[in-house]
Amino acid sequence: MELVVDSVSHDFGDLAVMRDISFRVASGEILALVGPSGCGKSTMLGIVGGLLQPGAGTVATVGAPPRGSLNPLTFVFQDFALLPWRSVAANVAFVLEHAQLAPAERQAIVADTLRRTGLAEFAHSYPKQLSGGMRQRVGIARALAVRPEILLMDEPFSALDAQTRDLLIEDFMRLMAGNRLGAVYVTHNLKEAARLADRIVVLSRRPARIRETIVLDRPRAARDDAYIAAHQRALWSLIRDEAADAEREVANV
Amino acid sequence: MSDPASSVRFRGGGFAPASSRYSAWLAFAAVLVVWQGVCALGWVSPLFLPSPVRIVAALWHLAAGGEIWPHVWASLIRIVGGWAVGTVAGLAVGLAMGLFTVARATGMPMVSALFPIPKIALLPLLILWLGIGETSKIATIALGVFFPTVIAVYSGVDSVPRNLIRMAQSFEVPTAAIVWKVILPGAMPTILAGFRISAATALLLVVSAEMIGAETGLGAFILQAGSLMQTDQLLAGVTILSLFGLAVGRAISTLERRLLRWR
Ligand SMILES: Nc1ncnc2c1ncn2[C@@H]1O[C@H](COP(=O)(O)OP(=O)(O)OP(=O)(O)O)[C@@H](O)[C@H]1O
Ligand SMILES: [Mg+2]
Repeated sequence: MELVVDSVSHDFGDLAVMRDISFRVASGEILALVGPSGCGKSTMLGIVGGLLQPGAGTVATVGAPPRGSLNPLTFVFQDFALLPWRSVAANVAFVLEHAQLAPAERQAIVADTLRRTGLAEFAHSYPKQLSGGMRQRVGIARALAVRPEILLMDEPFSALDAQTRDLLIEDFMRLMAGNRLGAVYVTHNLKEAARLADRIVVLSRRPARIRETIVLDRPRAARDDAYIAAHQRALWSLIRDEAADAEREVANV
Repeated sequence: MSDPASSVRFRGGGFAPASSRYSAWLAFAAVLVVWQGVCALGWVSPLFLPSPVRIVAALWHLAAGGEIWPHVWASLIRIVGGWAVGTVAGLAVGLAMGLFTVARATGMPMVSALFPIPKIALLPLLILWLGIGETSKIATIALGVFFPTVIAVYSGVDSVPRNLIRMAQSFEVPTAAIVWKVILPGAMPTILAGFRISAATALLLVVSAEMIGAETGLGAFILQAGSLMQTDQLLAGVTILSLFGLAVGRAISTLERRLLRWR
């Protein structure tokens, strides 16, 4: 399956948010979306995931999703979006309850995803009892439970402290590789982008256009610190002026 | 030589409400003891303020003689009936206003306009419409309960985080399931807080309605005891009402503990 975003433009009333954005993401590929604050990255992800209707352009999937996928395009949210009145297991089960599954089958999927995300022993805990990192693990477990093809992730780890983030990213990379998952990965963290992505789409400030697409030629496992740092610097030099402008713009509002 | 050490003075005390289980009971007992003492010393006429012991005795006589029970039942039926009708209607209208733009746009001005009317003022009109019997009293209570319930349910639904609804939508959860599994539980804390208010309103209105036009019910009983200067019976009636209030508060607290354990 491949996600095809074709010439998408969007406005919020008078506010021109993005112009003519096109990109493709195939299964098993991670596309990072970076750009200055407020340039429209979250809006883009909402459009891709069908939560917002684009003003112009189309979003389509090409090719059949793999068999058994309940929700090929699946979000992982920055604020986790867990139901606080449900236990960890029940939060994961929530997205399966409307699917045609036998109860035993549903339980098996929940147990399996919790095990894969290292949450088995927290199955009966409630979100408020968990640390931020654990909460986002629940968010990831919930996403995996519906057997997605491409994950839509809006700064999934930005609410976490640096150490937790590093640990979670390592686990996340393993999960992605093991499941041949694709992702559209929005981030402010250029290092994270250089570490995780196969390609990085750099957006301009609002109205966002694609400034450049950077291809990272080395496989993720083979990227050393120098490689990551070099790409991080290259990215920064691309967006620093615009980031500063965007900052000033925010200050002037 | 080192500088002299001075320990940092603790200055973080106070303001943290520490609950003590016994202090409330102690204070309550103290008030009763003082009250009893004042009466025993003859500082006030028992006609104006009977002693706690006499109130309890009156309560005992009323209960044992069976005289009070028809009044208790009459009030209870009115409270429960009126509260149930008002709550069911309030839940339906509040939910509709929380969920649908049209219902909100039409309902909100109406509710804002009618909410401040003291509902007891409508009792004479309701008596004209529905007769002097039970229906007009139950309708008054139902009206009094309806408005705070609508507002509680509406604001509860409105306060459910948008991101949870978007999350559910992004997993293709059907709309009915979103209402049932996301919006209602999310609104539940506000709805239960609304129950507290509406239950208090029901109690207030039942007494008022019974004082205006009824032969039975605790309101009528208290009014009659007053006109006969039987202050001990009057206060026995008031005591029963306060027990009602306490019981309802307890019930709602239990409900909150059960339903809102996740908080
Ligand atoms: N529902 C909305 N209605 C009107 N304007 C909106 C709406 N959502 C976002 N915007 C505006 O659109 C612009 C793009 O917002 P968006 O959240 O997509 O940016 P972003 O790139 O994700 O920003 P950040 O880096 O801060 O997360 C912003 O100026 C924002 O204020
Ligand atoms: Mg954003």
